[in-house]
Amino acid sequence: MDSTIALFLAQDGITNGAIYALLGLSLVLVFTVTRVIFIPQGEFVAYGALTLVGLETGVVPGTAYLTLVLGIAAFCVDLVRSPDGRQPRVLITRAVSDLGLPLVLLGLSGVVAPANMGPWITVPLAVALVAPMGAYIYRLAFRPLAQATVLTLLIAAVGVHLVMLGLGLVFFGAEGYRATPFTDVSLSLGVIDLGGQSLWVLGVTAVLIVTLWYAFGHTLAGKALRATSINRLGATLVGIPTARSGLIAFILAATLGAISGVLIAPITTIFYDSGFLIGLKGFVAAIIGGLVSYPISAAAAILVGLVEAFASFEASSFKEVIVFTIIIPVLLWQSLRSGHVDEEEE
Amino acid sequence: MINRKWIPAGLILLVALPPLLPVLPDYWITLLNTIGLASLVVIGLVLLTGVGGMTSFGQAAFCGFGAYTTALLTTSLGLSPWLTLPIAILLTCAAAVVLGLLTVRLSGHFLPLGTLAWGISLYYLFGNLEFLGRHDGIPTVPPLSIGGWDFYDDRTVYYVIWSLTILAAVATLNLLDSRVGRSLRALKGGITAAESFGVNTRRAKLVTFVYAAFLAAVAGWAFAHVQRAVNPTPFGLGAGIDYLLMAVIGGVGHVWGAVLGAGAVILLKDQLQTLLPALFGHTGNYETIIFGVLLILLLQFARQGLWGLATRLPWGRLSFVGGLSPTGAPPPSSPSAASLSFPAPSSPTPAPLPALTKRHTPNPDAPLLEVDHVQKTFGGLMAVRDVAFTLAKGEIVALIGPNGAGKSTTFNLITGVLPPTAGAVRFQGRDITGANASEIAAMGMARSFQHVKLLPTMTVLENVMLGAHLRGKAGLARAILRRDRAEERSIRAEAMTQLDRCGLADLAQHQAGTLALGQSRVVEIARALCLDPALLLLDEPAAGLRHGEKQKLAALLTTLRAEGRSILLVEHDMDFVMNQVDRLVVMDFGAKIAEGTPDIIRDDPRVLEAYLGGIE
Repeated sequence: MDSTIALFLAQDGITNGAIYALLGLSLVLVFTVTRVIFIPQGEFVAYGALTLVGLETGVVPGTAYLTLVLGIAAFCVDLVRSPDGRQPRVLITRAVSDLGLPLVLLGLSGVVAPANMGPWITVPLAVALVAPMGAYIYRLAFRPLAQATVLTLLIAAVGVHLVMLGLGLVFFGAEGYRATPFTDVSLSLGVIDLGGQSLWVLGVTAVLIVTLWYAFGHTLAGKALRATSINRLGATLVGIPTARSGLIAFILAATLGAISGVLIAPITTIFYDSGFLIGLKGFVAAIIGGLVSYPISAAAAILVGLVEAFASFEASSFKEVIVFTIIIPVLLWQSLRSGHVDEEEE
Repeated sequence: MINRKWIPAGLILLVALPPLLPVLPDYWITLLNTIGLASLVVIGLVLLTGVGGMTSFGQAAFCGFGAYTTALLTTSLGLSPWLTLPIAILLTCAAAVVLGLLTVRLSGHFLPLGTLAWGISLYYLFGNLEFLGRHDGIPTVPPLSIGGWDFYDDRTVYYVIWSLTILAAVATLNLLDSRVGRSLRALKGGITAAESFGVNTRRAKLVTFVYAAFLAAVAGWAFAHVQRAVNPTPFGLGAGIDYLLMAVIGGVGHVWGAVLGAGAVILLKDQLQTLLPALFGHTGNYETIIFGVLLILLLQFARQGLWGLATRLPWGRLSFVGGLSPTGAPPPSSPSAASLSFPAPSSPTPAPLPALTKRHTPNPDAPLLEVDHVQKTFGGLMAVRDVAFTLAKGEIVALIGPNGAGKSTTFNLITGVLPPTAGAVRFQGRDITGANASEIAAMGMARSFQHVKLLPTMTVLENVMLGAHLRGKAGLARAILRRDRAEERSIRAEAMTQLDRCGLADLAQHQAGTLALGQSRVVEIARALCLDPALLLLDEPAAGLRHGEKQKLAALLTTLRAEGRSILLVEHDMDFVMNQVDRLVVMDFGAKIAEGTPDIIRDDPRVLEAYLGGIE
C-alpha cells in the first residue's frame, strides 16, 4: 500500500465515518431519551437515499405515500387514545402536522419529481419526506410502550425494522441505485483529489454536530432533552413533558438518518436493505461510546469508518467481520471497567 | 374430568401421529420438521428472554456454529454424526461462554447488541471462509443413521426432531422447577435481591445464555443432517430476528409458548408467502411487514403472546405445564385480610427428609458484626461518615434516624450491595469489606428490603424457597434429570416451616404480586429466615403493618433472638423499636450521634434535637 492509496482510503473511511457518527449520535440520543435501542435507524438512511433517487428519476417515491399513511394512522390513534386531545385547538394542530404536512409534501413530490429540478430542491424534499416518519413511528409504536422494559422496546424496534424493511422492498424494488452527486467539483490537494461529495458529507456532518451541540447546551428544548435522558422521573417532576422529548428525539433521529442517506446516495449504491448494515455500524460506534457519550461515539464512528476502509482494501471479504469484531475488545474493556453491578431497571 | 396422568401420554401419541398418516402430504411433514427445529432454538430464547430477562439476536449464529461444526467434521473427517454432536455442543457452548463473559457484567442491553454483532460477523465469516465453502456452504452432509439405516425420509427424521424438541421442553420445565431454575427466574426481580440470598447473578446469567446456545447448537446439528447441506443463509441475522419473533409471538414466558410461536410464525409465513404476492400481483417480502405490525400490536395489547392468550381461554385452565409462572399456580383465592394469624402447627411430614446444611459459627468469641468506621461518599455527598458500632450474638439492635440519615446506605455497606469508600466491616471475625452480596449471604447474613423485592409472578412459597438457595446443592444436571426431588422437598418443607412461623402458611400458593404490602414484608422475612442466618437485617419491617400484625412481628423477633440469631433493623415506628430492641444506634446526616439502650436514647438531647429540631 503506498501513501496515495492510504490517503484515498483515509478519505473514504473518514467520509463513511462521518455518516456513522451521525447515526451513532441519533442512536445515543434516542436511547438516552426513550431507552429504545433503535434498530431501524438505518432504514431512514435507505429511505432518504432512495427517496432522493426517486425524485431525481421522476417517480413520486413510495415514502411520500407512506408518510401520509403513517400521519393518518397517528392522527386516528391519538384521537382514540387521548381523550383530552379532542379539544378543537389540539385537533387543528394535529390535523396540520399529521395530515396537512404529509399532504403538502406529497403534492410537492408530485410537482418536483417529473420536473427534474436538481439537488437544491430534491435533496431537502427527500429529507423532509422521511423526517416526519420519526414522529409518527414514535407515536404509533413506542409511546404506548413508554413504561415498558428496555427489552420490550428493543423488540418493538425489531418490529418497526421488519415493517420498514418490507415496505422498502415494495417501494424501491430489489435493485440498487446511486444518486447524482451534488457537485462535480473536486478539490486537488497535492497527491490526492478530495471528492466534492466527500466534502459535502464532512461539511454537513460538522455543521450538524456543532448545531446539535449548541442546541443541547443552550436552548430550552435541548436542555429538556438532556434532562429527560439523565433522569426521566426527575424531568417529569419538574414539568418536562418527557413524551415530547421522545418525539423530538425520534424526529431528530429520522432527520439525521435521512440526511445521512442523501449524503451517501451519490457515493454508494444503496439497496432497500443497505440501511440496516450502515445503521449497525453506527451502533458499533454508539456501543464504543457506551450508548451514552456523544463525543466518544463520534470519534469511534470515524475509527469504524477507517477500519472499514482499510479492511476492505487488505481483506475485502472479511470487511464486515472485522468491523463488527471491533466491539469485542470494547465490550471487554467496558466489562472490566464496570465494578459492582448496578440495579437494573425492570 | 380427564385423569391428568393421561394427558402427557395423549400428547406424545398426538405428536407421534402425523408421519403415520398417509393422507398428510410430505410438504406438511417438512413444515412440521421445520417447526420442531425452530422450537428447539426458541425454547432456549424463552429461557433467556422470558425468564432471565436478557435477549439475543445471535441464536441463529449459534445454530450455524453447531451446523457447520458437524458438517465439516462429518464430511472432511468422516466422523459419525452421533460423535460430532457433543463436539458441536462443546464448541458452541465455548463460544457462548466467551461472549457471555464479555457481556454479563454489563447492563442488559449490551447482550442483544453484542449478539447482533456476533450474528453478523459469523454470517460473513461462514460466507467467506474457503474451508467452509464460502457462500455455497458444504453440500453432501451425511444423513443421520442408526446401525446402517439412514434417515433420508422426512417422516423418519420427524421423530428425531420432535423427540429432541420434547426432550428439550421437558428438560427446560424441569430446570425451571428447581433450585437452579428459581435462581434464574430471580434474575428478573433485580440483581440486588437475587444476590442478597446468595445467587451469583453473573453466573446465573451466563448459565442461561449458555443453555440457550446449547439448544441452538443441537438444533443446528440436527438441521445440518436433515437438510444434508449447510450454507450461511439460514444462520444470518434475519433468522436470528425470526427466532426472537417466534418467542415473542408465542409468549416469551412459557416453554410451550415457544412451540406455539414457532408453529404460528412458520405456518403463517408459509401461507402469507403464497397468499400475499398473489394478492398484490408481484413478489415482495410482504410477510415481513405483516410480522412487524403483528409484533408491535402484540407488545401493545397482548404482551403474554399466544400462549398467554390461550391460557386465558376456559380450557387453558386445564393446565398441564406446571412450574412456570402464572398458569402453573393453583387458582388463587383472594388473600384473606387477617392473614397474619398463626395457624396450628402443620401436620407432621410423612417421610424423613434429607437435612439441609446447617451453618457453623467460625469464631464464636468475636462480635458477630463489627462496623468499623465505615464511610461512603457519592461524588461530593458523604452519605455515611465514620460510622462504627458492633452487634453481639443474640442481640437486637435498631438503626434509627431521620429520613436521609444514611441508614439504608449503611445497610447496603454491611450487606455488600455497595463497597464502602473507607473503613471496614467484619462479620463473625472475618473481614467482609468489599465482598459481594452473595458471598456475604453465604456467610450467614440475610436481609429484607425497604422497597419489597419479591418476584410478583412466582408463588409466595417459591419466593421463600429462594431464600434457601444456598442450602441446597443440586445443580443444572440434577435438576434436568429430576435427581433433585428429595432436596427440593426439604427446601419446600423448610420454606413452609418459615412461612408457617411467620403466619403466612395459608398464602403459600398465592402469587406474590397479589399480596398486601405488609404481607409482602413478612414474606421477605420468611425468605431471609430460609437462609438460616446468624444475622438478620430488616429494613423497615413494620412499615405498612397493622397494629395486630406488628405485635405478631414483635413476637417473632423475640423468638428469633431466643434461637440465638441477631437482628439489626431500621425502623421508624418508635413504639415498636423502643419495646423490642436491646440497643439503638442513632444516625443523623450520615454520622452516628448516639448509641445505647432505649432508656438512654429516649432522653439523649442530641437525639431529641435530631428528631424534633433545636431546643432554644
